[in-house]
Amino acid sequence: MLGKTAGGLFWMFRYLERSENNARLLEAGFHIALTRSAAAEEEWMSIIQTADVQAGFLERHDRAEASTVIDYVLRDKSNPSSVLSVVESARNNARLVRTALTREVWEATNECWLTLKDALARPVRERDLPQTLGLIRQQSALVRAALHGTMLRNDIYDFARLGTFLERADNTARILDVKYYVLLPSVMHVGSSLDNVQWETILRSVSAQRAYRWLNGGDVNPKGIAEFLIQDRRLPRSLAFCYTKIVDNLAYLAEDYGEKGGSHEIADKVLTRLRNNTIDAIFDQGLHEFLEEFLRDNNGLGMQIEQDYRFYG
Amino acid sequence: MQQADGFFDEMLAGEDRARLPYRDYHEWFCDEDIARLSQKSKEAETFFRRIGITFNVYGQQEAAERLIPFDIVPRIISGREWARLSRGIEQRVRAINAFLYDIYHRQEILRAGRIPVELIAANEAFLPKMIGVAPPGNIYTHIVGTDIVRTGEDQFYVLEDNARTPSGVSYMLENRETMLQMFPELFSRVRVQPVSDYPKNLRRSLAASAPLACTDKPVVAVLTPGIHNSAYFEHAFLADQMGAELVEGHDLRVIEGRIAMRTTRGYTPIDVIYRRIDDDYLDPLNFNPDSLLGVPGIFDVYRSGGITIANAPGTGIADDKAIYSYMPDIVEFYTGETAILKNVPTWRCSEPDSLAYVLDNLHELVVKEVHGSGGYGMLVGPAASKREISNFRDKLKAKPGNYIAQPTLSLSTVPILTKTGLAPRHVDLRPFVLVSPRGINITPGGLTRVALKKGSLVVNSSQGGGTKDTWVLEE
Repeated sequence: MLGKTAGGLFWMFRYLERSENNARLLEAGFHIALTRSAAAEEEWMSIIQTADVQAGFLERHDRAEASTVIDYVLRDKSNPSSVLSVVESARNNARLVRTALTREVWEATNECWLTLKDALARPVRERDLPQTLGLIRQQSALVRAALHGTMLRNDIYDFARLGTFLERADNTARILDVKYYVLLPSVMHVGSSLDNVQWETILRSVSAQRAYRWLNGGDVNPKGIAEFLIQDRRLPRSLAFCYTKIVDNLAYLAEDYGEKGGSHEIADKVLTRLRNNTIDAIFDQGLHEFLEEFLRDNNGLGMQIEQDYRFYG
Repeated sequence: MQQADGFFDEMLAGEDRARLPYRDYHEWFCDEDIARLSQKSKEAETFFRRIGITFNVYGQQEAAERLIPFDIVPRIISGREWARLSRGIEQRVRAINAFLYDIYHRQEILRAGRIPVELIAANEAFLPKMIGVAPPGNIYTHIVGTDIVRTGEDQFYVLEDNARTPSGVSYMLENRETMLQMFPELFSRVRVQPVSDYPKNLRRSLAASAPLACTDKPVVAVLTPGIHNSAYFEHAFLADQMGAELVEGHDLRVIEGRIAMRTTRGYTPIDVIYRRIDDDYLDPLNFNPDSLLGVPGIFDVYRSGGITIANAPGTGIADDKAIYSYMPDIVEFYTGETAILKNVPTWRCSEPDSLAYVLDNLHELVVKEVHGSGGYGMLVGPAASKREISNFRDKLKAKPGNYIAQPTLSLSTVPILTKTGLAPRHVDLRPFVLVSPRGINITPGGLTRVALKKGSLVVNSSQGGGTKDTWVLEE
C-alpha cells in the first residue's frame, strides 16, 4: 500500500470519528443547558474547550451561547473541526484513497457528505437540533457499517481503525480533562444536585449514562465514572478499550509487515500504564496530570505512526 | 417525435418507423410511460451523484463538481456497422503507431515527401528527445479514443484521433452499469455486447507492454495529477477496477535506475505507468522545469528501458490537428491500403490558398485550433454572430498556421428524452482502443456524446454536452 494511502485512510477515519464526537458533545451540552439554565454559558464554553477550538471560537464570538456554539461546532467553515469541515475532509481523503475502499464504503462516505452538506447549508435552529445531531450520528454509523461489512481485514482496515481509536481516545481524554475538577473529591458540592448533573453530562458525552447505571446500579460517584471512562475495557469509548484496539491493530500490521516500529513501543507503554494503575493511584498522581500526559502520548503516537508507515515523502 | 430536417436520425427512419438496429428498443419504448421514464432519468442522476462520477469545470470555482448529464435513450449500433467501424479503427491505430515509430526513427515518410518536413520540425507536439527511443513492441499509443461522426446510413468520418490521453472511458462503463440497473428487462430483450471487460483488458494490455527487462508479474500504476484534476474520478475508477495503485508525482522517485513508489514498507519499483498527465508535466528535469506533478528523472529511466510509460511521450504528434489532414496518406503509406474510415475534408490555414477560401467562407465552416481540445477556442461558423466571426477572422489572419477548418458536418441525430417525449439531438462516438505487443483490442461500444441543446453541434461536456449508453448489438 502507498504511504499516502495509509495516511489518507488514517485521517479519513479520524475525521469521521470527530464528526460523530462533535454531535455527541453538543447533545450532552444541549441537555444540560435545558435542565440547568443557570450554568448554561459555562457548559457551552466547555464544549468549545473539549473540541479544542477555543482560540478560533473567541476570534469570532464574544460569548458562548447556544446559537454561537451550535453554529461554530456544526457548520462554521473557518473551524477546521466543525462537522461540515471534517465531513468534507473525510470525503476528500476518501477520494484520495478511493482505490483502497470498497464501493460501499466510498458511497456511504460520499452520501454522508452530500446529506450533511445539505442539512447544514443553513443555521440549525434549536428546535431542529436533536434531529440534525441524530442525522450526523446516523451518517457516521452508515460508513462504519459499510466498513465492517465489506472491507478486507488487511492493512487498509488496520489504518482505518488506528485513525478511529486514536481520535476517540483523544476525545474521551479531553472530555474528562475539561471536567476533571468536577470529579475531584472536594468539600464544595459533594452530594449536591450540581455534581449529579455534571457527572451525568460526562457520561452522556460518551453515550455511557445507561451502561454505567446498568453496571453500577444507581450508585453514581466521581471515582467510578473516571474508572469507567479510563479503565473499563467493556466500554467502547474508554481509553483502555481504545488502546487495546490500537495495540491489536498495530500488532496485525507488525505481523503483516514483519517489522515493528517506534509506534508499537509507545502504544504498549500507554496501554500498560492504563492497565497497571489503579484509579486511586491515578487520583493520587493527579487526574489532570495523568490526562495531560495521556493526551501528549496519544498525539505523539499519531506522529510516530505517520513516520513509521511513511504517510508523507 | 419531430424530425430534424435534413439530418440522418439513427433511430427513426420516418414517422414512427424505427431503423433496424433500434426495432426491439423502439417497440419497448412505445409501450413505456413517459412519466415513468422521466422518473428513471432522475434516478440516474441521483445514482451518478452518489457514486461521485463528477467532473471539475476549469475556471468555474462555484460549480466545482458537476455531473455530466446522462440521457437514458441508448445509442444503438448494429453488429455489421460495428464490424466495419472496428476494422477501420484498427487500421488507423496500426498506422498511427507505425507513423510514430517512423517519425522518431528514420522518418521515411518525410523522405518520401508525403508530409512536409516543417510540419514535424516546427510542431510543439514533436518531442526531439524521443528520437531513437523504441518502446516495447514499438508501441507508442497504447490507449486511443478515436472520435467518429456519422452523416448517413454508410457515412462515417473520423473527426479526431485522440492518441495522447483520451478520457471518458469511465462514463462508458458507468453508463452501462446504470442502464443495467434501471432497465434490466431491456437487456434480456435486446442482445447487447458487454463492455465490462475493459478494465481487465486495460490491465493485460499494460502488463504486456512492460519493459523487456521485467520478468516477474509487472507492477502497474496509474499516474494522476491529483484530486483537483477534472478527470480524477476516472483515474481513481480505472486504478480501482484494474487493481493498480493510483499514484501522484510525489509518491514516486528514481531509485537505482527504476521508478519506485513510496509504500508503507518503503520504496517498491513499478514497471508500467499509465499516466494521465501531459508530456510537458511528466518530468521537470527533462521538460517543463516548473512542473510539480511529474517525477524528476523519469524520462531518463524511460529511455534506458527501466519503465514503460503509456502513452509514450511525444505521441501528440500523431493526433495533432494539422497532422490529421494527412491521415489518409499516413494510413496508405504504412499499411499499403486505402483508409477504411474517411477523414473530414480539412483546409490547412497554413496554406495560402486554403486560408483565402476559409476567410471567405467562415460563416459556414468550423475552425479549430491545431493544438486545442475540449471544444475551447473553436468557431462554429453557422452558429456564430457577425461579431464573433469578425473577431475570429483577426485571430486567424494573425496566426494562420494555428488553425484548420472543416465543413460543418450534418452530424447524425439520436433522440433524447425530453418532457414532451423524444427529440433528436446531434451525437458523436468515441470508441476505446487498447494496443499492446499482443495485439489490438477494441471494446464494442464507446462513449456517445450528445449535444443537449436543440440544433447544437458541440458535444463536449465542458460546453453543455451529455452522454448516452452505447450499444453494439450481437450479430
